[in-house]
Amino acid sequence: MLQTLLPILIFAALIVGAIGAARRIRLWRQGQRTPVGWARILHMPKRYLNDLHHIVARDKAMAHTHVATAGGFVAAMALAIVVHGFGWRNPILGGLLLAASAVMFVGALAVNRRRIHPRARPFPEKLSKGPWQRLSRSLLAYSVGMFLVSLPLVGIGPVAFGGGVLAIVLLTLVAWGVLELVVGMGWGGPMKHAFAGSLHLAFHRRPERFDDRQAHAGSTNTHDAHRGSRSTALFPLDLTAPKLGVEKPADFQWNQLLGFDACVQCGRCQAVCPAFAAGQPLNPKKLIQDMVVGMAGGSDTGYAGAGYPGIEIGKHQGAPEQAIVPQLVEAETLWACTTCRACVEECPMLIEHVDAIVDMRRFLTLEKGETPEKGAVAIDNLIATDNPGGLDNASRLDWAADLELPRIQTRPEGVDVLLWLGDGAFDMRNQRTLRALVQILRAGGVDFAVLGDEERDSGDVARRLGDEATFQRLAERNIITLSRYRFQRIVTVDPHSFHVLGREYPDFGGKYRVLHHSTFIAELFDAGRLTIRPAERKETVTYHDPCYLGRYNGEFAAPRRILEALGIEIAEMERSGFRSRCCGGGGGAALSDVPADLPGRARIPDMRMEDARATGATTVAVACPQCTAMLEGVVEPRPQIKDLAELVADALVTPASAEPEASVAVSSPSREEEPA
Amino acid sequence: MTPPDAAACPVVALVSSGRHPVSGRPGRAREDARAVEMGLTLAGARLQLVHAGNAEEPVLRDYLGMYHGLDDAAAQGELALLPMTPADDAVLLLATWLAESGCRLVLAGQRAECGEGSGLLPYLLAERLGWTIVSGAATIERIDADRVTLLQVLPQGQRRRLEVSLPCLITVDTLAPPPRQSAFGPARRGRIQVVDGLTAEEDSASGEWRWQPARARPKRLKIVKSGNARDRFRAAAARSSAGGQVLTDLTPEQAADRLIAYLREEKILSEEKILGDEMP
Ligand code: SF4
Ligand code: SF4
Repeated sequence: MLQTLLPILIFAALIVGAIGAARRIRLWRQGQRTPVGWARILHMPKRYLNDLHHIVARDKAMAHTHVATAGGFVAAMALAIVVHGFGWRNPILGGLLLAASAVMFVGALAVNRRRIHPRARPFPEKLSKGPWQRLSRSLLAYSVGMFLVSLPLVGIGPVAFGGGVLAIVLLTLVAWGVLELVVGMGWGGPMKHAFAGSLHLAFHRRPERFDDRQAHAGSTNTHDAHRGSRSTALFPLDLTAPKLGVEKPADFQWNQLLGFDACVQCGRCQAVCPAFAAGQPLNPKKLIQDMVVGMAGGSDTGYAGAGYPGIEIGKHQGAPEQAIVPQLVEAETLWACTTCRACVEECPMLIEHVDAIVDMRRFLTLEKGETPEKGAVAIDNLIATDNPGGLDNASRLDWAADLELPRIQTRPEGVDVLLWLGDGAFDMRNQRTLRALVQILRAGGVDFAVLGDEERDSGDVARRLGDEATFQRLAERNIITLSRYRFQRIVTVDPHSFHVLGREYPDFGGKYRVLHHSTFIAELFDAGRLTIRPAERKETVTYHDPCYLGRYNGEFAAPRRILEALGIEIAEMERSGFRSRCCGGGGGAALSDVPADLPGRARIPDMRMEDARATGATTVAVACPQCTAMLEGVVEPRPQIKDLAELVADALVTPASAEPEASVAVSSPSREEEPA
Repeated sequence: MTPPDAAACPVVALVSSGRHPVSGRPGRAREDARAVEMGLTLAGARLQLVHAGNAEEPVLRDYLGMYHGLDDAAAQGELALLPMTPADDAVLLLATWLAESGCRLVLAGQRAECGEGSGLLPYLLAERLGWTIVSGAATIERIDADRVTLLQVLPQGQRRRLEVSLPCLITVDTLAPPPRQSAFGPARRGRIQVVDGLTAEEDSASGEWRWQPARARPKRLKIVKSGNARDRFRAAAARSSAGGQVLTDLTPEQAADRLIAYLREEKILSEEKILGDEMP
């Protein structure tokens, strides 16, 4: 009986699964067409085994579990097709099939262990229940069923296997297994992640993420590192397109839809999202699932994971041709994102959450005029005055009235460094950092100049708020301005300007060598151009990695090199480096009007300050005007906030102050960098 | 606010090019934008915009960018452009166009930000058309076939309800609801229709004007003589009364003379000869 039923079962499952897969492909094809070469499918194995595996392996146990379960299943299924399907009942193949099923069984046990939650060990908040809980059982069913029905192949097992109750039981187990694992793969069960995931890896929208020419190697044996080149610039938007941004799920590129479908609901993105942790109505995992709901049509009642804080699950529904906001996703969910990219960095399926969020914001801003109020004001100001504060652009250099900064306009022969001030030039706190940097540049004998009132906002905030039109206008004007002057490189204290000028302007024809001031100061130290006196007091200092410096641009080393050069030992926070937690100030989230002072909510900078306090630090070293402002906004008592430039300037031995140094034992902070 | 029956009455908003107070860049004139906002709340996408001036003015698109969030999601803004040079008289053009358009309610900002979109234009228009004019509207509460009910802004946060018969021209106060965001998409899609066939005439009056840059008026110091804390507090908390007098029973000419004399005294007008122009 088994020998007739098993082939029918296996082939039927394969055919039905294939039909489902074809329908799934049709769902993805609702998206916008982007030309991709089919040859890219060849990239898939390497990307799976190398890039994806390294991210999964940040959780060692999970990586082993997945290797056993998935590897076991793929082998067991392939062998089952040969042995049971085509009836080539070879004992060696049978033995291999048994082995594969056994490996899969071990993996499945581990999967189940993670999901069983006795009272002492609560169910992990980041995981989803529902079909994913069922999957863990189905894995067991398949592996056990397949193992037992294959025993006779190697001559073990009673003859009674051929018929009777036991056969029916085994057949049911195998049927359950293939239904979930083969049919479900095509028909949208949890196993679709394998099918969609492989294709997503092949047709990923940012293929650069998979190349191995990474500048920041050196950590090859650890998985806790970014791999591939950084591909973090937003995609330029064609402003002449009939519709700007994404209104409906079908407005996404088809390979974005494919990417959403690859999500395994592992919740790693949710676990690192600062907005979710702060109780804001955003959860990247739910957002991706909502995109799947929208693509396939239906409501979010079937979602069995954590939702958006404060928003009930089951009240929203979507369809491919129906507007996403507000039927499927509330606008405040999109505006709560700080674009910190923590989710993207952590996602084992390499899904691009930030691209999707900005795509939807673009529609809200450019087509609907529904930017949150404060954001809209900032945009209007950018249009009218070139800075988000609506201030007279001519006052950009007011803070430096006494510094006699060289203007690039008076240096037609060119300079080494163009100092890009950024909008922090209007902020009194940041002006202190800028003054410190100027002091360092002078001490290092750097040939530099500034643009003065010819400098405009880089367009960062406008772009993250979805106003691509204003961004492109600012970018074009800045590029025209920069083309008039000669300089070797641009140095800036603002990681956002650094990112936009360095990574996003090339799409618009502006190609520059841009350095963050931390990189530049570290170079000055390396070249021996700065003399400092070592710190007298041992102080505990921690360093907060800005998202746009670290995750976006991979600069983790230079700030630490500077602190080292100052003789400071860094007490690292638990989340540092590429896992750094956002200060809450990026991506226009600070302008989003999503209230932070509701019950159950926290402020993101407060949470970051808690991370800093946990290290016992008395000083938090920062490297971004935005982080400075956010962290300094945390109520006292708290560690003091100092920009790297300020720390260096404090320790600087300038020729002028070198003399009194000898006689005064206890150094007092130099007067010079006091705010004017 | 009762949903006004806008179909009964085509609504038009006059728009001009503004100047940003800090950068001096062209943009939406802030009060005109409020007028457009009021018009959109009243008439939705049926609101018609009109501008007399340079057909190439890019800023006009910013007003068209306000056509979103309306009942008809696919609606596009429409702006009638009456071409003329800066030396021409806008009043004549606008009056001819308005008379032909059959519209009965015109909204405009109370004060423009540059050029001749100035506060006088609505008055001159109303005079020429023979319409009623109401200044300083905060909200329009109702609009029927032949009358409109609105709230007018008075000093000290007071409001006055007025009922005005149509056709009429209403200028909008800075206290009216703020304008919605101008979005790039609708701005790009909106239509600008250049109206041909109207001949502009040179503005004979403005040719004779003397222009001088505006000067911020110095703040009058409040000198409180008493050394007594209570008095000083009272003086500081007291309503600022600028003094002045109420002039009644004067002929328009006498009134104008008194006003000019006052403006001279305050050094707002320079001493040179003021070209007498008839007050409407
Ligand atoms: S989006 Fe990525 S990280 Fe988030 S749940 Fe899905 S697979 Fe996991
Ligand atoms: S970018 Fe940051 S804030 Fe936005 S969803 Fe991802 S983790 Fe959350």
